Amino acid sequence: MLRPYLAVLSARFQLVLQYRAAALAGFATQCWWGGMKVLIYSAFYAGARAAPMSFAHTVSYTWLGQAFLMFLPWYADPEVADMVRTGAVAYERLRPVDAWGWWYARALAWTAARIAPRAGLMFVTAAVIMPLVGLGRWGLRLPADGAAVALFCAAILAAALLSATMTVLLNVVVAASLTDRGANAFAAPISIVLSGSLVPLAFFPHAFVPFLRLQPFAGLIDTPFRVWNGELAGLNAVGAIGLQLAWTLVLGILGRCAVESVMSRVQVQGG
Amino acid sequence: MNGVALYLRYVGASVRAQMQYPRSFLVLNTAQFFGSAIEILGVAALFGVFGRIRGWSLGEVAVFYGVINAAFALADAPTRGFEVFGPEFVRTGAFDRVLLRPRTTALQVLGYELRLRFGRLLQAGIVFAVGASAVRLSFTPAQVLLLAWTLAGGVALFSGILVLQATLSFWTVDALEVANILTYGGVQAGQYPLNVYAAWFRDLLTYVIPIGCVAYFPVVALLGASDPLGAPGWLLPLTPAFGFLFLALALSVWRLGVAKYGSTGS
Amino acid sequence: MAQVVVEGLRKTYRVAVREPGAWGAIRGLARRRWREIEALAGVSFAIGTGELVGFIGPNGAGKSTTIKILSGILRPSGGACEVDGLVPWRDRIRHVARIGVVFGQRTQLWWDLPVIDGFDLLRDIYRVDPARYRRTRDELVGLMRLGPLLDQPVRQLSLGQRMRCEIAAAMLHEPRLLFLDEPTIGLDAPAKLAVRELVGTLNRERGVTVVLTTHDMQDIEALARRVIVIGKGVILADEPLDAFRAGVLAERRVVADFAGEAPRIAIPGVEERAREGRSLELAFDPARIAAPALIAAIAADYPLEDIRVVQPQIEEVIARFYDLHGAGEA
Repeated sequence: MLRPYLAVLSARFQLVLQYRAAALAGFATQCWWGGMKVLIYSAFYAGARAAPMSFAHTVSYTWLGQAFLMFLPWYADPEVADMVRTGAVAYERLRPVDAWGWWYARALAWTAARIAPRAGLMFVTAAVIMPLVGLGRWGLRLPADGAAVALFCAAILAAALLSATMTVLLNVVVAASLTDRGANAFAAPISIVLSGSLVPLAFFPHAFVPFLRLQPFAGLIDTPFRVWNGELAGLNAVGAIGLQLAWTLVLGILGRCAVESVMSRVQVQGG
Repeated sequence: MNGVALYLRYVGASVRAQMQYPRSFLVLNTAQFFGSAIEILGVAALFGVFGRIRGWSLGEVAVFYGVINAAFALADAPTRGFEVFGPEFVRTGAFDRVLLRPRTTALQVLGYELRLRFGRLLQAGIVFAVGASAVRLSFTPAQVLLLAWTLAGGVALFSGILVLQATLSFWTVDALEVANILTYGGVQAGQYPLNVYAAWFRDLLTYVIPIGCVAYFPVVALLGASDPLGAPGWLLPLTPAFGFLFLALALSVWRLGVAKYGSTGS
Repeated sequence: MAQVVVEGLRKTYRVAVREPGAWGAIRGLARRRWREIEALAGVSFAIGTGELVGFIGPNGAGKSTTIKILSGILRPSGGACEVDGLVPWRDRIRHVARIGVVFGQRTQLWWDLPVIDGFDLLRDIYRVDPARYRRTRDELVGLMRLGPLLDQPVRQLSLGQRMRCEIAAAMLHEPRLLFLDEPTIGLDAPAKLAVRELVGTLNRERGVTVVLTTHDMQDIEALARRVIVIGKGVILADEPLDAFRAGVLAERRVVADFAGEAPRIAIPGVEERAREGRSLELAFDPARIAAPALIAAIAADYPLEDIRVVQPQIEEVIARFYDLHGAGEA
């Protein structure tokens, strides 16, 4: 029963991995970005007032943010956007699989395929090479213990599941508005700010922080990285992962209903 | 019809073409405004936590930020053709058509589109105005002239970077994302005064990609400050000239790329 | 007088050899291996003013490389070429101001602009004198019946309408030499006929030299008096179309419609080529049996409704020719 979904997963994985040059270019860009952010944080911390996170934690958070940048729902699945433009989206109904599940599997595969190589390279660079060449102060620090690593893995998995529900919702907006322009243009800035990718959520004014941590975008970046840094440990971490999964469920159900309603509209229009 | 007049004709055509889609014009401009405005939100959040950066206040950094963002916005609008050169001209073969027309290649690529995007410019203007009033910047004619000259140098520098990005696509169209390091990364770097960075990075931003020459030194002069890095005061307002030098170099590399296209076909 | 002179034109490309697998890709980054591909291996021909030449060959034979060199886009690796006394790649801007080029698969107009605005922009790009431009444009608009299309954005035109506009656009600066690359590709039958008629008119009445590359042999048959056939980077044939046809496929054809079921015909020197119900296509060797004798022989034995002598389809001639030269698509 899962066969078609697994097939699309592996196919897209291979497709994305084929573009090695693009992956390397993306990696170089993200290194540059991360490095610049670290330099700026370092200048800010040099004037030292009490900060909500230690310098080492901020730096680790920054590198992880670059490694997992593709968790952000930057834009709708370009293939879906293409299908919408050409009207081929109506044929999606002809597939003998559940439309939401199909789009979800594609989104998950797409995210995973873009993240895996970049994250791997980023880990090696920031956590291994940088300390070796004497830049350890600006590099990625490893979690304190095995439990933190295990919890981090769980949180990253949950972030991937959550991220894919968001991509599917974007697909739905694109299919409903018949263009990818509007949705894509606004998805990126909103998610960059609310996920913690711009600056760690802890750096926003105190009054907002608890609310910022409850909204779904926090589950993409802020939650897993605080688990990594050990700010969320034990039951707190489990609770935060629970929140990620709860949002996954909510957005998943929302997406399912939306896909159903949009697809039936597509059929009525006859493509 | 000379080059300038023809360029204006291209601009007219491009504007008319874009106005065929008024809704998309509004959506994309609004999106660009918010998309670029989140940067200042991040800067403001950090100042909320830390107060100052290497002695500079939020107001002063807002002036640096406004200048570099305005320069990039002004450069980005007319150079769209160079920015999308790899996917739109080389990969599709449309560059053949450029070579089939009796005009220089750079003029035709420049004429591809004048992108009507005012979101980033508006954002930069607001940030600059707020910053300037926070530090009580006075605008004498000399100051206004210095600002215009600084922006011109910045536009030349970013145009040069985009020409280099386009030139790179004669060799590869797969890895063009790297060029974002220089464009968006350059904007990002220029948002903060140069003395916040480590020495090697400062040198890179001064001598290799002279972002500092169009964003830092002249703005220090604009702010009436003395350079904490110790550059002599008379030199500060002259540095935007390096933006033009960079553009001239980029255009000569462009000509090499065009010649290379002629011998390999892509 | 020859307008286009090509002598010993050669073009080799260097392509990176991609090794399979991830390891190969990494090794490729360090040291690339190159392979030389010879697209043109010494091509020579001359085209006179006012000619209409069909330039044909299978995909990858070197057609578009030749056209790209002649139009100034590419620089050859060796050999010489002159068009109206200019070396295309050396004097690009002056050269391209005198030629017109139409690519069937790509537009030279502005997608979102009305046709007329694109024409006006081309006037300025080519520095055409305004009065002269108005005259040429009005003539072309009349000739190609573009009047009702001028105010429509290009993206709204049908492919056939667009192609008529493309040809007009390529003629606005009154080039003496026109390159047409697949001008009828994707068009429906009436649109193809219209395009062919236009090209014929431009050639006959305005004396424009036309070099036509196409895969549609009906284009060649309708327009070209001379064909240049290229395969694997060398010229395989360069002669009048009739001579080419006769040289490749000497046989001629008779198509006969019978009153009843088409019979089996057994006459020496005659072979059956196709059969469909009451209709029969026969090939005969004119050296062994003359057409009147063959028709008389058939009419004597069977009740005929119609009979006509035809030439073999040009597609068939070309296919046979490629087979003979082993020049089919690689």
